[in-house]
Amino acid sequence: MVFDVQNETMPRDELESLQLKRLKYLAGKVYHNVPFYKQKFDEMGIKPESIKSISDLKNLPFTEKQDLRNNYPFGLFAVPRESVVRVHVSSGTTGKATVVGYTQRDVDNWARLMARSFESCGVNSTDIVHNAYGYGLFTGGLGAHYGAEVLGATILPVSGGATKRQVMLMKDFGPTVLCCTPSYALHLYETALANGISMEDLKLRVGIFGAEPWTEEMRQDIQNKLRLKALDIYGLSEIMGPGVGIECIAAQDGLHIWEDHFLMEIIDPETGESLPPGEKGELVITTLTKEAQPLIRYRTRDITRINPIPCRCGRTHYRIERITGRSDDMLIIRGVNVFPSQIESILLETEGLSPHYQLIIDRKGSMDILEVQVEVDEKLFSDEIKHLQNMEKKIMSHIKEFLGVTAKITMVEPKTIARSEGKAKRIIDRRNV
Amino acid sequence: MKVEQISIFLENRAGRLADVTRTLSEAGVNIRALSLADTTDFGILRLIVTDHEKAKQALKENGFTVGRTNVVAAEVQDKPGGLHSILSMLSENGINVEYMYAFVQQSGKNAVLIFRFDRTDEAIETLQKHGIRIIPGNELYNI
Ligand SMILES: [Zn+2]
Repeated sequence: MVFDVQNETMPRDELESLQLKRLKYLAGKVYHNVPFYKQKFDEMGIKPESIKSISDLKNLPFTEKQDLRNNYPFGLFAVPRESVVRVHVSSGTTGKATVVGYTQRDVDNWARLMARSFESCGVNSTDIVHNAYGYGLFTGGLGAHYGAEVLGATILPVSGGATKRQVMLMKDFGPTVLCCTPSYALHLYETALANGISMEDLKLRVGIFGAEPWTEEMRQDIQNKLRLKALDIYGLSEIMGPGVGIECIAAQDGLHIWEDHFLMEIIDPETGESLPPGEKGELVITTLTKEAQPLIRYRTRDITRINPIPCRCGRTHYRIERITGRSDDMLIIRGVNVFPSQIESILLETEGLSPHYQLIIDRKGSMDILEVQVEVDEKLFSDEIKHLQNMEKKIMSHIKEFLGVTAKITMVEPKTIARSEGKAKRIIDRRNV
Repeated sequence: MKVEQISIFLENRAGRLADVTRTLSEAGVNIRALSLADTTDFGILRLIVTDHEKAKQALKENGFTVGRTNVVAAEVQDKPGGLHSILSMLSENGINVEYMYAFVQQSGKNAVLIFRFDRTDEAIETLQKHGIRIIPGNELYNI
């Protein structure tokens, strides 16, 4: 079912004129209220009035995560601090934390978008929602919480941790919907089994998983084990929190982005140029309705592509593909953009293997050399040289075919690839140029 | 009639072969036969040992990738033409040899050929029909 029929199924032409109206208003608002944007617009010689069509968006400045850090804590607010009713903080794994403020209307919009997202996953007011996203400065817990309340479902604000107690509550309360990270879903499953609770004792029907990257293989695994429909949710705290985009249960194929609130573009992460629909690149989002802290062309660093094909669920909002990587990880090899995640899926698709691998990039003269080291485990190993050599050739030709680069494949012994804190170091770039 | 062979993946790095032999000697396992096949960047070491279970466990504990294959050990007189007659007999019967290696028994005048076939059972049948003695695993491990 559709929570907000009028807005979610709005014809594209109406949706696009609504976006333009909101963009024009937004440009004026940030220019006059946020010194950071006034300075940027002035430097680039842009006046808010010069926006005549959506395509003028490409003339506006980008906003980077670093800009949020530079204006820590409240420097990007477009309203007086007194009008801000809530603040969330995203923990900076690679630097200073970033702060996001919300007005009452921002918080209400967020709850309604989250309610849309729940309903898109087939959740309704009769459901019981077990919310294991963390409550606190992180946006996950409260974001899902208020959305479920607006929908009228029964919410269990479980938050993270105390996993054994969580599975006991699941048995006693019979939640039908589970919200958490995909890896925590598997942890809950294992904890349940270890405590003598089988999936038949539970009533789970839908899982809404996000806040970390996961693969289609992982989805299948979760669906088989937890016996529910697993759906992907997209969000980032700088933009709002969870509920920027969501899969629909009807198609389970890509995430609808709520385009009446978020204007999206795909750009080449190197040049910043806009890419035509269907091309893969970095997702850039402009918040069309945020009051407290609107952002113009925020670079998410997430790599995806826009799918403009109408969805069977009836929603007119375009979908993005599952996030396949971060532009921070992107390598440029002989002028070709390569993401480690692409190499990983090629290895997965070659004989269904998921070996440990490492990419080594070096430069000989003016030539970039890509070497893919693949650890030979027992599944891959053969006592015949030609089998291993065929495997190398196959991986090499798949990489050439799908990514357009020639790579040298080297089979290495297990554990040769350095691991730190359980995470393998995937990339070694020796080109110090 | 088959013989258990273990195979080990080795990078072409100095000292790796010695790491294998040291691991085995520390585990109290003796090597009966050995063959190394290699390319520019890796090699496969194939071994017949006195205790393949123990060998496999010790090698795995030391981080090696270990495989296990059934091979066939055939006894052949150590004189000119001995190998040739076996190979032509196999090829006449359409049996492919994936690889082979040989060693000479300390005691006797006969050489032992270790074969890896694509169709092991048929190969054994053919060899036996032609009066070639197949050495059972137990006998080979304890030579
Ligand atoms: Zn849909």
